[in-house]
Amino acid sequence: MTEHSATPKKEKSRFGLILHLHPRKVRASTLRFSLTFGLGGMAALLMVMQVVTGLLLKFHYEPSPENAYNSILNLQESLLFGKMLRNIHHWSAIAFVWIAFLHMLRTAFTGAYRPPRDVTWITGMALLLLVVLSNFTGYLLPWDQLSYWAVTVATSLLSYIPLAGEPIRKVLLGGAEVGQPTLTNFFNLHTGVIPLSIIALMAWHFWRIRRAGGVIVAEKDRESPMVDTRPHLVNREFVVALVLFAAILLISSLFDAPLRERANPAFSPNPAKAPWYFMGLQELLIHFHPVFAVFVLPASVLAAAVWMPYVKSSDANYGIWFLSDNGISSAKTAAAAGALFTVIFIMSSELLPDPEALLPAVPPLLTTGLIPFIIVTSTMWLFIKYMRRRFSLNRSELIQSVLVLMVVSYAVLTVTGIFFRGEGMNLAWPWNI
Amino acid sequence: MRRRMTDKKATPAGGRRNFMKRIWLVLGVVAITEFIWFIISLLRPSKDTHKSRPAESLRLIGSVEEFPAGSVTPDRVNRLYIVREKDGAFLALSLTCPHLGCSVLWNEETQQFDCPCHSSSFDRRGIVLSSPAPRPLDFLPVIIEEGKVKVDMSQVTKRKRFEPTQLTYVL
Repeated sequence: MTEHSATPKKEKSRFGLILHLHPRKVRASTLRFSLTFGLGGMAALLMVMQVVTGLLLKFHYEPSPENAYNSILNLQESLLFGKMLRNIHHWSAIAFVWIAFLHMLRTAFTGAYRPPRDVTWITGMALLLLVVLSNFTGYLLPWDQLSYWAVTVATSLLSYIPLAGEPIRKVLLGGAEVGQPTLTNFFNLHTGVIPLSIIALMAWHFWRIRRAGGVIVAEKDRESPMVDTRPHLVNREFVVALVLFAAILLISSLFDAPLRERANPAFSPNPAKAPWYFMGLQELLIHFHPVFAVFVLPASVLAAAVWMPYVKSSDANYGIWFLSDNGISSAKTAAAAGALFTVIFIMSSELLPDPEALLPAVPPLLTTGLIPFIIVTSTMWLFIKYMRRRFSLNRSELIQSVLVLMVVSYAVLTVTGIFFRGEGMNLAWPWNI
Repeated sequence: MRRRMTDKKATPAGGRRNFMKRIWLVLGVVAITEFIWFIISLLRPSKDTHKSRPAESLRLIGSVEEFPAGSVTPDRVNRLYIVREKDGAFLALSLTCPHLGCSVLWNEETQQFDCPCHSSSFDRRGIVLSSPAPRPLDFLPVIIEEGKVKVDMSQVTKRKRFEPTQLTYVL
């Protein structure tokens, strides 16, 4: 109480909002940049940038198949800084997915997902999904060849989810194919439903961080002195924000957001690819039966992520990157194994004869679905057994190495899909695409 | 605190309270169900303004003479192919690949439909020659009236195999 009244009145009102988001004092050890890399703060800033640029774009965009493309052309060609505005929105959207994903990895690798941070972790997962969805719904709006076919391909993925898939797709598209109702739906989701949900979830996410006592720190650093949020934390955040903002502006002035010809439902470009963050899924789809590629595998990964905070582990080295020396070396092995397994998997499915052609009598759900799935899961299981024996890992370290394995595998799949798939989605060198 | 304890002990009052609670619960569930039902019905793709009316679903594609026997003719506006068999029968195939929705292209040299997205291919009757397409190209009923070829756009039909009933002959 005495502390409160000691602060001059004028200052209190000016910084009231900042001090409302942050506690008045933070532990000095949490300020170290290499603990968090400021990723969460960057994500929050990117959200603000998206809202501001998005609202400005809304003044000029017309959500109809007839005029959407022209309104973008008009924005780019005849409006002062119109192109720049769209570029900033485009590049910060891509940065948003990256930063949110890296932020998730940071929380995972410093063990900041366990209770009392479990709700933060789960709301964070939901936020990551919403950011991707927001990106995806925005992808359609320019109504060019790129967006039309990316959305056609990505929504067709949905129809392979058993039972619920086809109804969900129909609701999303507002009909049987991408058209005016789809654009109406996507526009509303992109500019209303999703951003409002993100803001609401962000509030919950932030509040849970406050409840957990702020950023996670290692046990030895928990006794470090408390320092004033302003200037110590706020100034650091300001520097990170300025650097990020400058980087986005630089990229936006050097590289234009892509815009192809106006959408033409009669001709698909070759190859037709989903947005880059779904390319890993599209790559999986080449190797797996659709039911496994778009439903069983993603659903089990999501379920595992939600269950992750609640796995009991006796010793906890939280707040330290990769938990321990043992954690670091096991994570390295897992990363190498993930890359190796995935490359072998892609190459063997490319070089070995098509199981469907080899065993035409067996239903494809078995040959391209269940059998490869069993091969992959048993490889995973053997890998876990091996890692346990080789490194004598505790549960947290084991979870970490499985996570590293999956992230690296998905990254390899994504890179393959984007850079090594040419015409007809056949393997090709990047310079031949 | 004391009052609540006495309430709990007195069975008639407690019973009444529980009963009221249960009614609130039931009403709440009903309200939530209604709300969800309302949302679903709002989202259902029954936006009739965009649907073609029954009279419009029958599209005129061209006259019979425009399609020589053994030809495959694209109609990009209606997103379909008109296939004419050697014996003069008509077959209308959807342009949309059943795998992920790309538009297939007719290759005159190899006499097959190729999908540019994931290299599925189909023969001239739309039957899968190479995967990943999970089923043949969808077909649409052809109606021939007074030498005019018309297609019923409202009846895009999924199928497992080719059957002679899918063909339409000029009478």
